[in-house]
Amino acid sequence: MKEIILIIVGSALVNNVVLSQFLGICPFLGVSKRVETASGMGGAVIFVITLASVLASVVYNYILVPLKVEYLQTIVFILLIAALVQFVEMFLKKSVQGLYRALGVYLPLITTNCAVLGVAIINVQKDYNILNSTINGFSVALGFAIAIIIMAGIREKTEYNNIPESFKGMPITLLTASLMAIAFFGFSGLI
Amino acid sequence: MKNWLERIYNGIIKENPTFVLILGMCPTLAVTTSASNGIGMGLSTTAVLVLSNMLIAMLRKIIPNSVRIPAFIVIVAAFVTMVQFLLQGFVPSVYQSLGLYIPLIVVNCIILGRAEAYAYKNTVMMSIFDGIGMGIGFTLAITIIGLIRELIGAGQAFGRQIIPVADSAAGKGGYVPVTIFILAPGAFLVLAFLIAFQNYLKRKAAKRAHRPIPAATCADGCAACGNEICGKPLISEEKTEKTENKKEVTTEEKSEAKTEVKTDEASDKEALA
Repeated sequence: MKEIILIIVGSALVNNVVLSQFLGICPFLGVSKRVETASGMGGAVIFVITLASVLASVVYNYILVPLKVEYLQTIVFILLIAALVQFVEMFLKKSVQGLYRALGVYLPLITTNCAVLGVAIINVQKDYNILNSTINGFSVALGFAIAIIIMAGIREKTEYNNIPESFKGMPITLLTASLMAIAFFGFSGLI
Repeated sequence: MKNWLERIYNGIIKENPTFVLILGMCPTLAVTTSASNGIGMGLSTTAVLVLSNMLIAMLRKIIPNSVRIPAFIVIVAAFVTMVQFLLQGFVPSVYQSLGLYIPLIVVNCIILGRAEAYAYKNTVMMSIFDGIGMGIGFTLAITIIGLIRELIGAGQAFGRQIIPVADSAAGKGGYVPVTIFILAPGAFLVLAFLIAFQNYLKRKAAKRAHRPIPAATCADGCAACGNEICGKPLISEEKTEKTENKKEVTTEEKSEAKTEVKTDEASDKEALA
């Protein structure tokens, strides 16, 4: 139990995937203009990363390890994630219309989100079993959702501020991210 | 002969992947804690980029249009695995310090982006030079960022002490390193100022030439590279989507499917605008 709590706090807050690991920067900067879209993206990422870490962990432990082809993990994982995203999209479109309307737009964007592949590889590197991989995947994604929603909230406010001409757009967003990263250092005492 | 020079110039200056296109942000921010890390990452990416551009250009008439993205991903992943082995075997120190970010070269938007935007449509030689240009542009950019962070954060350049650091225990005065530049927030900070500086130069040049002032570098950057870059579709998923939708129209009730497609597309555009 203690181990599980440590994984959740560690992955979601202390080693926040965006602000300290720099995974998933693209959607973090690109889809964080409004809180609504940001929470949609956050939801989609939680959904996909949790599923992907379960699948990747199963495939790694029951297929790659027995066959002694661990070195194929990069290729296998990326194909798995691409297929998973396609499948989830098709499944949601056919059967869960409400969820598809909320998350559908973001799903194709997730294949190239390096956080998904990153989590799968981290799980392997840390020798997590399937349960721990699932929990780790979920909490990493939760950390992503927290970061992107906070970011969107701040950007909604700064949109009308008087920003120096050269800093408009990308630079001010990066500065905000920098300040958020400093704030997240506050969590490092938790573990 | 001029064509290939133009490709290299294009990659380094005109369409610099990091500063102009704002692609591949994850490695740019993550591994630039020192200049030598930047070079290591840059050269690994360049190697993968050149090789994958070459192979994709060779196979461009064989790979069917509908499965091109998965095909690109497999090709890129194969080369990344090779580079990973080579690094592990020959330069273990670089392999250690880059760690997780080597397999993540697969999802680097630059590589998939060039495959789709250039290598799939051009000859083998030109694609190789395009890869070299883009790779050098990326390497230069992340080495510069790494150098700035290393210099301010530790007073070092390429691992050598350039500025004597203060040592309070020995009562020696000197430079007090601003450690935060090596930590995570420093990455965002340095990149923010570099892009702002570039915007400033662009505006100044435009004013002098009495040209309309260009819009600030688009914040939507690579919005996960599957989509648009400043209006230019990088990987056009529309085509595949439309064909999918057409099939659906035939199978399902027509009116319902059409309205669904329309609302989908509208919300899609809205989200990315």
